[in-house]
Amino acid sequence: MRWLVLKWTSSVLIELVRSTGHRMNNALQTLGFSARFFMMILVYSGQSFRRLHLTIREIYFVGFQSLLIILVSGLFIGMVLGMQGYETLQRYGSSEALGVLVALSLTRELGPVVSALLFASRAGSSITAEIGLMKATEQLTAMDMMAVNPIARVVAPRFWGGVISMPLLAALFSAIGVFGGYLIGVVLIGVDEGAFWSQMQGSVDFRFDVWNGIVKSFVFGTAVSLISVFEGYDAVPTAEGVSASIKRTVVYSALAILALDFVLTSFMFRGV
Amino acid sequence: MPADSLVKITDVNFAYDDRSILKGIDMEIPRGKLVAIMGNSGCGKTTLLRLIGGQLKPTSGELLVDGQSVPAMKHDELYAMRRRMGMLFQFGALFTDISVFDNVAYLMREHTDLPEDVIRDMVLMKLNAVGLRGAHHLMPAELSGGMARRVALARAIALDPMLIMYDEPFAGLDPISMGVIGQLIRKLNDALGATTLLVTHDVQEALLIVDYVYFVSDGQIVAQGTPDDIRASSDPFVHQFVFGEADGPVHFHYPAVPFEQELMREVAGA
Repeated sequence: MRWLVLKWTSSVLIELVRSTGHRMNNALQTLGFSARFFMMILVYSGQSFRRLHLTIREIYFVGFQSLLIILVSGLFIGMVLGMQGYETLQRYGSSEALGVLVALSLTRELGPVVSALLFASRAGSSITAEIGLMKATEQLTAMDMMAVNPIARVVAPRFWGGVISMPLLAALFSAIGVFGGYLIGVVLIGVDEGAFWSQMQGSVDFRFDVWNGIVKSFVFGTAVSLISVFEGYDAVPTAEGVSASIKRTVVYSALAILALDFVLTSFMFRGV
Repeated sequence: MPADSLVKITDVNFAYDDRSILKGIDMEIPRGKLVAIMGNSGCGKTTLLRLIGGQLKPTSGELLVDGQSVPAMKHDELYAMRRRMGMLFQFGALFTDISVFDNVAYLMREHTDLPEDVIRDMVLMKLNAVGLRGAHHLMPAELSGGMARRVALARAIALDPMLIMYDEPFAGLDPISMGVIGQLIRKLNDALGATTLLVTHDVQEALLIVDYVYFVSDGQIVAQGTPDDIRASSDPFVHQFVFGEADGPVHFHYPAVPFEQELMREVAGA
């Protein structure tokens, strides 16, 4: 009996070690492959930029076509900030600072983070689906057989389309959010318009607040675009495989955005 | 077989990890000829095409295309050679985001500096050759299976390749489309002075158009000859394949324990 228990325990332990090792091994392999993939994108970007229309087309698809969701979300988030901010600030008699609160929340955090999350769901998932389906229907193999490098022709333009679009979308998100805050705070509630704008102008520093926000959105754009093209390129070429890749793009992008935001914030705004 | 072969494969073996796919393949494809590789699904036919195209490397053996060793080529050399090859994929693999015209023009725009009006004329000539000049403005999603295959054919011959490879060009086509594609493959080979390699399991259609046939089974060449040799062959494998018999050297049943034993096991289990 004791012997059986020992045997059972040891087999469970061995299985535990084996499965942990297997998972670690797979994770490391994917990490290595994605790093190499990123390097290849950079190497072949020159070839890709020589046909600039490809990248411009992707900026149109992933950037311009995401405008509606970005602008509508930005407006609503700005309006909610206006309401909540006023609610809190007026308790302390400083409702004129509403403009500062709205602008700083948006440029430092909400603009880059929320627009990146929306971008991952709207554009990242479609990039993964497109590349994954091209792989499943042998279009990437066909391209390679025609002596056209799929990384230069398909992957790099989509990657750069995302990297370039993201800061622009985040900036527009913040701008329309500020306008939403203005609509609620000034037009609807009646905060003094001069105070709203002048306090905002006095307190929001371009380099410290706006520029850091742009850097953040650039980093998020790079992460989301890399995850999207990688998951598409690495997809198992079946319906289930592409579906699983799209799911991973959204989940990994969201986690990467939030984790990177924490790291970047702790570097940029150390209690200053 | 004549000495001047465009593709020469000598004792080629290929394995995925420890799963052996091709075992000691010897094959020659003479210039200007149309050669078919036939065999049942999963016998390694497509793998052979991928080896010739340099997408896979053989585990051992020699593989020469136009006198150059494909496995030894560097990336740039391989791409230079692929520009002289055309390949038709099993389901066409047309680029779905661009029109029929742009699909055929794709290689010309990628690999040449020809002015757009010259490209236009060349594309229309290629599309005319496959009978689809009138469909040049359509998107791939608007084409039937047979039409898509013909567009892919026009794209494969866009740069007048020296070697054209077809991977199952007849799969999933109706008899009329099959006949059309078969005749096109023959005519294009002769008109372009190209060499053609056809991978298929549609025996009757292929025997009408090819010059020479290799039969592959389980990763090995089991028979070869001209279409007339093949029709007259008494080889059990060839006979089973040509006449589509359910059982023979290629078994109908997937390997399993004897049926009686399996049934008894069910009873015992119940």
